[in-house]
Amino acid sequence: MELQYWIWIAVGLSFSLYIGIAIWSRAGSTKEFYVAGGGVHPIANGMATAADWMSAASFISMAGIISFGGYDGSVYLMGWTGGYVLLALLLAPYLRKFGKFTVPDFIGDRYYSNTARSVAVFCALIVSFTYIAGQMRGVGVVFSRYLEVNIVTGVLIGMGIVLFYAVLGGMKGITYTQVAQYCVLIFAFMVPAIYISFLVTGNLIPQLGFGSSGTDGVYLLDKLDGLHRELGFHEYSSGSKSMLDVFCITMALMVGTAGLPHVIVRFFTVKKVSDARKSAGWALLFIAILYTTAPAIAVFSRIYLIETVSNQPYEEMPEWFDKWETTGLLGFTDKNEDGLIQYTANTTTNELTVDADIMVLANPEIAQLPNWVIALLAAGALAAALSTAAGLLLVISSAVSHDLLKKMVMPKISERGELIAARFAATGAVCLAGYFGINPPGFVAATVALAFGLAASSFFPAILLGIFSKRINKEGAISGMLVGVFLMLFYMLKFKFGWFGGGTKTDWWFGISPEGFGSIAMIANFIVTLVVSRQTPAPSKDIQDLVVNIRKP
Amino acid sequence: MKNTYWKKNIRYICILLSLWFIVSFGCGILFVEQLNTIKIGGFKLGFWFAQQGSIFGFVAIIFIYIYLMNKLDQTQNR
Repeated sequence: MELQYWIWIAVGLSFSLYIGIAIWSRAGSTKEFYVAGGGVHPIANGMATAADWMSAASFISMAGIISFGGYDGSVYLMGWTGGYVLLALLLAPYLRKFGKFTVPDFIGDRYYSNTARSVAVFCALIVSFTYIAGQMRGVGVVFSRYLEVNIVTGVLIGMGIVLFYAVLGGMKGITYTQVAQYCVLIFAFMVPAIYISFLVTGNLIPQLGFGSSGTDGVYLLDKLDGLHRELGFHEYSSGSKSMLDVFCITMALMVGTAGLPHVIVRFFTVKKVSDARKSAGWALLFIAILYTTAPAIAVFSRIYLIETVSNQPYEEMPEWFDKWETTGLLGFTDKNEDGLIQYTANTTTNELTVDADIMVLANPEIAQLPNWVIALLAAGALAAALSTAAGLLLVISSAVSHDLLKKMVMPKISERGELIAARFAATGAVCLAGYFGINPPGFVAATVALAFGLAASSFFPAILLGIFSKRINKEGAISGMLVGVFLMLFYMLKFKFGWFGGGTKTDWWFGISPEGFGSIAMIANFIVTLVVSRQTPAPSKDIQDLVVNIRKP
Repeated sequence: MKNTYWKKNIRYICILLSLWFIVSFGCGILFVEQLNTIKIGGFKLGFWFAQQGSIFGFVAIIFIYIYLMNKLDQTQNR
């Protein structure tokens, strides 16, 4: 059957599934809208968290980024999984015990202050908007590439679907669609991976195939290190970043993961404290399936790419090469006019440019897999983007309707009124996200690191100390969050956008990249919070009792 | 009674977080060079920890914590 039909079938079926679930799980109360009624099974919540967490970037771009970075790509693998250990051990159970709806709820109540609440709302909004624009863009790109509609139409279709189930079902609708989306996306990711692993190494399990040898008996990783040396790239398994920078980036991503509001809020949806721990475990297990496969795909496709193109005549390139060249993801300029493709690390002689996304998107075609696998991949990429967008949308809408409106501006608002406000806020957020998806601001890519850095430098210390110390008071927490956030913003603006005099790599403080600076800003937050709290009066007996109560199972 | 529960919890957390640090930051970053001299199958050990081993370790750590805390919770209810 024609590829185009397969894609329409896969996307159509998965979308009707999401809509069906949305109609079945309408939200009737604010509790259902914000936390799905608080009765989600830990395994279901684990799947939903995994889908929520794995965005278009994890699904489409990560394997490609690792493929080009080699060992350097490890920061994402460790950074985006290690945070779940922090969540399960340090945050999730206690926040569930606290039992409210949002992260600013906790900050505002624990630090008995609306100023703290406002700072938390501000951070939650920045982090979520940064993230969601990228997701809508991802939806548009997938649509335009696979369904041959333009990006604007693609984004509009995506907006329509998310709007439908997020506005109708709130967290309840989102949770159950995310469970379905996880199944779609993991199936779509694993099928081509297993196929390719079997083709290259004869091993059906990509995680093992990764460390085996190809048909010529040489271990894949040794072969790749050799190819990299020949072409002048750094060795695949050793990397080019400094150890300190790798350390800081990994730490910032881990702590940022644990501090991201759309991840934390998922743990409010389970029934009891022990379920919060369990669902963090399941979530990481479900995430690990994709995250341990991605580096294997990275190696398979990297070797295949180099062997297919390096020093081969341009005229003899396979069909997929032409196809992806027209999309602009592959580019070839014959600089020395010998008709061969020179692919090297040296920018003056290199003739081939490859976009990282191609490693996952073109894989099925490169490995000549059947058309239905390609269709599946399209549906999977859409599931990844939509599920993350929906989770973020909920954080934005609850920050507006619950934290701003109910808790600060109009405390007397009725349950019904708040629910309507939440739906309006969600609609507004979808439209804004769609606008950014259609007209992507140039800063989207640069600000993903900012989102993690901000989460790490603002929420994480405030929540952690709020649970593990009774002595921390509002003065300490507020000044800590502000110092952390503004330090992070300053560093990002200086080195990513050239404000405050700008600066290059050589000017980085201690040689730490803006991506890794979240770790430093976080430490600054901790120090300020501890010092200021020492100098100011301890919180009241009520607050100390609240903390003691959170710690009980 | 309450206090021993919290103290035990803190002890579990400290032990497990040290493991968390060792499998990722230790084996995958700080001592990656030294571990890379050891090869298991096609993997250099340090590289394996950075790209696969640490993730398996994280999953194990969380499930160990779930097990320990469930047991601890039971002693509380008695």
